[in-house]
Amino acid sequence: MLTKLEPTAEQIRDEKIYAQMGMTTEEFEMAVKLLGRLPNYTETGLFSSMWSEHCSYKSSKPVLRKFPTEGPQVLMGPGEGAGIVDIGDNQAVVFKMESHNSPSAIEPYEGAATGVGGVLRDVFSMGAQPIAAVNSLRFGELDNDRDRWLFEEAVAGIAGYGNTIGIPTVAGEIQFDPSYAGKPLVNAMAIGLLNHEDIQRGLAAGVGNTVMYVGAKTGRDGIHGATSSSEEISDDPGKERAPVQAGDPFTEKLLMDACLELVKSDALIGIQDMGAAGLTSSSAEMASKAGFGIEMNLDLVPQRDEDMTAYEMMLSESQERMLIVVQKGREQEVIDLFAKYDLEAVSIGHVTDDKMLRLLHKGEVVAEVSADALAEDAPVYNKPSREPEYFREFQEMEQQEPEVEDFSDTLVSLLKQPTIASKEWVYSQFDHQARTNTVVAPGSDAAVVRVRGTEKGLAITADCNSRYIYLDPETGGKIAVAEAARNIVCSGGKPLAITDCLNFGSPDNPEIFWQLEKSADGISAACLALDAPVISGNVSLYNERGGKPVYPTPTIGMVGLVENLAHTTTQEAKAEGDFVYLIGETKTEFGGSELQKMLNGGKISGKAPAIDLDVEASRQEALLAAIREGVVRSAHDVAEGGVAVALAEKVFGTGLGADVKLEGSAVTALFSETQSRFIVTVSPEHAARFEELASDARKIGEITQTDRLVIRDADGNPLISQDVSMLESAWKGAIPCLVNSEG
Amino acid sequence: MKFAVIQFPGSSCDLDLYHAVKDVLGEEAEYVHHHETDLSGYDAILLPGGASYGDAVRAGALARTTPVMEAIIRAAEEGKPVLGVGNGFQILTEAGLLPGAFLKNRDQKFICRTVKVQVVNNRTPFTSEYTEGEELNIPIAHGEGNFYCDEETYVQLKENNQIVFVYSDGNPDGSVGDIAGLVSEKGNVLGMMPHPERAAESILGSEDGLNVFKSIVNEWRESHANQA
Repeated sequence: MLTKLEPTAEQIRDEKIYAQMGMTTEEFEMAVKLLGRLPNYTETGLFSSMWSEHCSYKSSKPVLRKFPTEGPQVLMGPGEGAGIVDIGDNQAVVFKMESHNSPSAIEPYEGAATGVGGVLRDVFSMGAQPIAAVNSLRFGELDNDRDRWLFEEAVAGIAGYGNTIGIPTVAGEIQFDPSYAGKPLVNAMAIGLLNHEDIQRGLAAGVGNTVMYVGAKTGRDGIHGATSSSEEISDDPGKERAPVQAGDPFTEKLLMDACLELVKSDALIGIQDMGAAGLTSSSAEMASKAGFGIEMNLDLVPQRDEDMTAYEMMLSESQERMLIVVQKGREQEVIDLFAKYDLEAVSIGHVTDDKMLRLLHKGEVVAEVSADALAEDAPVYNKPSREPEYFREFQEMEQQEPEVEDFSDTLVSLLKQPTIASKEWVYSQFDHQARTNTVVAPGSDAAVVRVRGTEKGLAITADCNSRYIYLDPETGGKIAVAEAARNIVCSGGKPLAITDCLNFGSPDNPEIFWQLEKSADGISAACLALDAPVISGNVSLYNERGGKPVYPTPTIGMVGLVENLAHTTTQEAKAEGDFVYLIGETKTEFGGSELQKMLNGGKISGKAPAIDLDVEASRQEALLAAIREGVVRSAHDVAEGGVAVALAEKVFGTGLGADVKLEGSAVTALFSETQSRFIVTVSPEHAARFEELASDARKIGEITQTDRLVIRDADGNPLISQDVSMLESAWKGAIPCLVNSEG
Repeated sequence: MKFAVIQFPGSSCDLDLYHAVKDVLGEEAEYVHHHETDLSGYDAILLPGGASYGDAVRAGALARTTPVMEAIIRAAEEGKPVLGVGNGFQILTEAGLLPGAFLKNRDQKFICRTVKVQVVNNRTPFTSEYTEGEELNIPIAHGEGNFYCDEETYVQLKENNQIVFVYSDGNPDGSVGDIAGLVSEKGNVLGMMPHPERAAESILGSEDGLNVFKSIVNEWRESHANQA
């Protein structure tokens, strides 16, 4: 038989083999101290993966502690697979967003697909039926083959997994920027629904209870994924063979259905996804959280590849696997249950009282480490933080209005910017209607999904304008949460909570750590102001290539409650003669705007738009009250590209036009990105009541039965007068055109 | 009237068909596992969409080998209405209950959107509640929906009035003759790529698909009343 030679404990220390696994010398010495001896090869692997940033949040923990995580609606905050929020009637919504950036940079189809699979497992391991999926994507500009390939394949991967498993992808957002060239961000979010009594946790409790392995077999794929996703992407072609796991949505569908049947059984003690660091993290965390130990015999682990070592089995990130703990003596029930779904459930160990993670392989104890040491005692770093020079420079710059010659041409060019352009090319590849609950499909501000059997709906969105965050992380962090909440409110929902995915460059760079800290401050402030605590999340650091980091991108996934589906509102104008209102005043704010980026060859500078969270909260409250009273026909937030783009989006696809008048300097009125603004339409009969409720609203014009978008200055002279059909075809055609171009 | 909603491994639109029949129409419906071999207790058989066996080999190819298929073929021979939607249509062609086969969509991408579908033949147990020529808004959601048959088969399908639905505002996937749905020669087996169960409630955007299920129920009631 083939025996693999593993380095001895002394070799690992002397030749610093731990460094190849991503551990520093200090960390290795800490592990030695905790263990009271030198770790062997397998044990070094356990420490290195559990102490990776991906699993331990060692660099980001001090930042994550800033987040508000409590509220009367929160049933479970961060710490488990996903967070849980109460929605009344004994029901709760479970959600989580997770990054899959590093595998997606190497193998975008499988990277994105397994990102969807992983976050779905996080949700159904809590006992919840997944009801919707969402994604947030970042790519370089679509002007080169590499970034086009990354974009097309990542979209196909999300479609391939989500469509096959039959969970609708109902919402998403995409930004394109040179900062993401060759280093895309792929963040996947899943939303599930459960009854309170079905809430599960990843606990390995009760001495003698049985540890079972369910789902797909273990192979050599993804070994050390947690560690490699905590490193910069290498430009060395020889090194770019990081292990990428392959997804199998068919197996996951069976696993999901089986697990959702299992959670109804009182034989189940605990359940956890084998995600990053696979068998290691699930077993160590389940034991540590419950205050027990686990002993596993790795000979019993179902294996896909031959002659796998203990090290390989423990660090494999093969997909579609779960670790469960069941009452001793009831294993057969579980085996029979999984057999119905053509899946194997195998007893591989038991719960002990010694708080150790003990692994046996071929008759020998191959690892014996305290579960707490792996799951709880990872080092925590208070990284140095430094305000970057650029920030001071930008803050000293005055807000300037860009020079624009032709307003109509500028609007057309903005509508063709891929960040603004229609994403139909993307979402038409996603099955967004499976499970027949999608009340508002992709394309409006937030998706709305019905909670079947009730009058309720869930409004769902993902948002983050990373350009603002780069310019001013604290303000940008506030804006990210506020914009998500605006989208929820425009759809008729009240924000419940958020999940976040903190995508940044290397935290070892004090300026990037500063971005992380400041954006967390901004996010926290906005969460408090808008009553949307953080219930789950994920951190993805080291998103760099050739020393160049991505823009700081703390993506916000938000879920809101639509109390009654009759409140559901979409962004499109509904009828001729309806009044058009603009809520909020407009200032000259072009720092980080789409217009600034477009006119400056992708570069941005200056101050991010300002935001006053009290004003934001009161406007959102007023708009939601008006929507709930039934006096709002359509609502849309003003975002990238300003009022002109928002107005165009309101009439696209409706067969209607609009004729409006804007006050103030033309470029600012049309294209500024001042925050906390909305455009709504109201039927004339409800105008008086609407104006009472929304005191910041000003009537700017009417919806017309024409194919014309006319935007005038205060004197009535047209600034823009264009055929809606022409604008719409520019907006719709932009992404297909970029994808099909060459070079 | 009692509907069977077949659950193949990997089926995901079983829930949607069940909901349309049970909750929207108020008829009896039961899920039937793919190991079941007796469908005698059901009046109509529904094969759901989704990706049975993850679309391995070809969409529908492996579902055809499950034990329940023999019972479905028997039900079809007995003249019971058998409806396959999306993947269900693909399974029916794999099982030989309907002619033709499916290729990947013309532009190789999955498509999910609402399309215009025209009723070409309303003299079937699935379309009697429609008027001939009626145009419907029904969503499609498929990656392998490009229906293919040879010229000879196509001529036959036309002559026998087996083509029931066609895409009427652009062909989304490359299907021969814009075919969106067709029946067996006897007329009691319908396969369609558009999902009528996704167009069964106005809150979801369209009710245009509901008449497919209403037709089945009404036809069954009439024939049942005649026998009684």
